[in-house]
Amino acid sequence: MPYLKETPSQTAGPYVHIGLAPKAAGFDIFKQELGWDIAGPNAKGERIRIEGCVYDGTGAPIKDVLLEAWQANAQGHYAHPEDGREVEDDFRGWGRVITDFDTGLWGFETVKPGATKGRNGSTQAPHINLWIVARGINLGLNTRLYFDDCDNSADPVLNLIEQVHRRQTLIATRHVSDEGVTYRFDIHIQGADETVFLDI
Amino acid sequence: MKPAEYYMRDRQHHAPALTPEYKTSVTRSPQYALLSLENSLSEITGPVFSHNDIDALDNDLIKNYTHGGDPIGERIIVHGRVLDENARPVPNTMVEIWQANAGGRYRHKKDTYLAPIDPNFGGCGRTMTDADGYYFFRTVKPGAYPWRNWVNNWRPAHIHVSVFGAAFAQRLITQLYFEGDPLIAKCPIVQTVPDAEAIDQMVAKLDLNATIPLDSIAYRFDIVLRGRRSTLFENRLEGN
Repeated sequence: MPYLKETPSQTAGPYVHIGLAPKAAGFDIFKQELGWDIAGPNAKGERIRIEGCVYDGTGAPIKDVLLEAWQANAQGHYAHPEDGREVEDDFRGWGRVITDFDTGLWGFETVKPGATKGRNGSTQAPHINLWIVARGINLGLNTRLYFDDCDNSADPVLNLIEQVHRRQTLIATRHVSDEGVTYRFDIHIQGADETVFLDI
Repeated sequence: MKPAEYYMRDRQHHAPALTPEYKTSVTRSPQYALLSLENSLSEITGPVFSHNDIDALDNDLIKNYTHGGDPIGERIIVHGRVLDENARPVPNTMVEIWQANAGGRYRHKKDTYLAPIDPNFGGCGRTMTDADGYYFFRTVKPGAYPWRNWVNNWRPAHIHVSVFGAAFAQRLITQLYFEGDPLIAKCPIVQTVPDAEAIDQMVAKLDLNATIPLDSIAYRFDIVLRGRRSTLFENRLEGN
């Protein structure tokens, strides 16, 4: 059959910031860098912060990683024509985040997503889809972030994970302080605590 | 089009996660199997961009960081189409690029290579494909540069390319190489990809017809994203 083949992936490399977050590389070029405001000012729902580290197989934080987030709004609607339902003005649901070069900590602000439609009439528990690229990662890694204060028991993706204890690697933990609500979500690329990565 | 699934990614066409000759991959590669998912709404949707997100000059790396002059280097045009595996154009999708300057130096605070920064070259650009999936950039040809892997490794001249497609399942970052570069065969990063034809897909071809005489050399680079089924089978994406 005369199908084309997908162009092979290559690592984003250590200088990914030049292209995708040039201010972090140390210079100002675009009027508007993309992906800094995931939810926009009009989004309904709970405002939250998510932060964490990505760790390599030795347990060291990966300081040159870039993550992208893709999520529904608080009602579980994706800002995309194939969802087709309304979202708030300026809600894109997509963001891009890099780490602090010294510590490897990353974080972003958004609204907590609602439950979304799954396959065959099922419902997916609230989650944020993540895509991780870095030097040394040949093909971007997909995973999902779920919330520890939601009922995740019927989620069709979490329930596909055979080793029940590994489901915990996809669940962010909620912390409330004077500054607001923060969820912690650490990602382990390799090792005993390896995060469940998805072939989507 | 009704919601339909994307073709399974052919992972034998991509580099595996663990590629020991590219040393950084050793501790940055998952060891457990990936969990294979059938597409849901979360995967067949993805961010939508418009021309309001970018500026007209963003795809012109010769002018988008000018500080009174043009950058040093071979003036080139990189152009092509973004297609899916069914050979259909992918319209209105964002393409972003970044690269070293003609001396092989990145404008990045972590790059300490001896080649100098070019005051007129930023090294990044972005554009949207048109209705036919067509895109182009004007830039200078990047230089090769050394990197720490083996003691004497040189990256072939390359441009990093990021493409969104219409769905999160199509998201892709790759690198564009230049036809005829002898360093391609020597590069442990290029050679992570196991298949020679797959590597050739990452090599931009000299395109004399698109060259602007007495001005800029053109290279053609078509990008293929995952295709999708045109029909739904009994296993429906949504429960209606």
